[in-house]
Amino acid sequence: MVPFSIAMQTILETKNLRVEYRSRELKQETKIALKGLNLRVNAGEVFGFLGPNGAGKTTTMNVLLGYVNASAGDAFLFDVNVREPIARQRIGYLPELTYYYKFLTAEELLRFYAKIFGIPKAETEKRIDQLLKLVELEHARKRPIRTYSKGMQQRAGLAQALINNPDLLLLDEPTSGLDPLGRMKVREIIQRLKNEGKTVFFSSHELGEVETICDRVAILHQGELKIEGRVNDLVSQYQCNLEQLFLKVVGYQPQA
Amino acid sequence: MNKILAVAGGVIKELYRRKDFYVLFILTVLITLIMWSARFFNDDGIVRALKEICLMLIWISMLVISVTTAARQIPFERESRTIFPLLAKPITRGQVMLGKFLGCWLAVGIALITFYVFFGLISASREHTLPFIQYVQAVWLHWQMLGIVIALTLLGSVLFTSPAENITITLIVTLGILFIAEHLHKVAGRMTEPSATILTALYFAVPHLEFFDTQKLIIHNWPAIEWRFVSGATLYSALYTAFFLIEGHPAS
Repeated sequence: MVPFSIAMQTILETKNLRVEYRSRELKQETKIALKGLNLRVNAGEVFGFLGPNGAGKTTTMNVLLGYVNASAGDAFLFDVNVREPIARQRIGYLPELTYYYKFLTAEELLRFYAKIFGIPKAETEKRIDQLLKLVELEHARKRPIRTYSKGMQQRAGLAQALINNPDLLLLDEPTSGLDPLGRMKVREIIQRLKNEGKTVFFSSHELGEVETICDRVAILHQGELKIEGRVNDLVSQYQCNLEQLFLKVVGYQPQA
Repeated sequence: MNKILAVAGGVIKELYRRKDFYVLFILTVLITLIMWSARFFNDDGIVRALKEICLMLIWISMLVISVTTAARQIPFERESRTIFPLLAKPITRGQVMLGKFLGCWLAVGIALITFYVFFGLISASREHTLPFIQYVQAVWLHWQMLGIVIALTLLGSVLFTSPAENITITLIVTLGILFIAEHLHKVAGRMTEPSATILTALYFAVPHLEFFDTQKLIIHNWPAIEWRFVSGATLYSALYTAFFLIEGHPAS
């Protein structure tokens, strides 16, 4: 159970967030990826960020991570504008695919990121041991990441996302491309983090998984926020499961 | 500083886990040893020629190692998308760039010392003398010059999309500066306006890498350079290195 004072704290917030991608080609129209997105994620929540491909989920993540600057509006992490690198001091990020230095071993990778966070050496070693145990990679800690299976690489990614003991985790389709066992392991870890009171913001196409893990969800379509609310409330309000609601929101018409 | 050092550490690890350096070092060692083992009646002139060839091999190897290592840093981060989890940490693009520079420069420095230690030992075995100060000055100035080349290559990796394009252009520019730059103002004197002014401006604008070429110092066992000149050259290289790094610093 998350204490009331923490639960009320807003961890992630976007205010009228608008992102436009201007094409370099003449005659090409400006693409609007986000049209005034307003989101609020509170401490201790597991928040599912849903939408079909091209809905603007990745763009939102990119703004939060500081890769893309918003054309208008603002985004905040822990009340700090995401344009400031320090806003990312208390977050952990797991990309959809494994993007790591494959010539490093898992423990070297974790040591590398720990140094960027300025974690003291003794603490780093302690966390490396704990995290490699958590993601079940102790046996492979001294092997280069290039020798890992996809599931192992994803778990190494999860470990790097947790090296700074973050208060907020941004997970971009964390179980994408994993086998059922790999999915289950990642899901178990997310569940554990939820129990520890961490805030998790994750995008996923696995709606069953989202329904199981998430407290609240938001469905984005064509750059606009269509629905936001508690999973249980939405399911009872619309009298359908999350997948059916999702299809309804994105305008899917089943063929007769 | 910790963040810059972390990025630099990654670059050094990558370099010593790749085979480029070992291949070039072994090649230089083999060529030098084969030449050195040949008997030339202990003629001083021949020993000098061998030293000249060996130093030239070291210069070429170091130039290739520096340019190829620096050129792949930023494109590799983009292609393998490792830049995304990295920038998701509290680190700025400027710190990443500085870390990449420092990593390449330190890694190249280690390689440079390895080459010169080998060269010094081989040379001392024939000449029975090792002018230590001259070697220190040669290594130091060579390293400073490579700093400029690495910064220039990193700037190139921001301007050119393909590493191959960047490597080719940087090598041509570097070799051009090494062999032609010192003659530019002389050529300008024989030209008409506005070419003469343009060439003179170019003469003063380009980094004169030939200032750092101390091969003759070692080949002919000349006396050491005055330290104030070494300090001046160090400052000169620091200014150009900083200029290229600032120019190459991605704004967003």
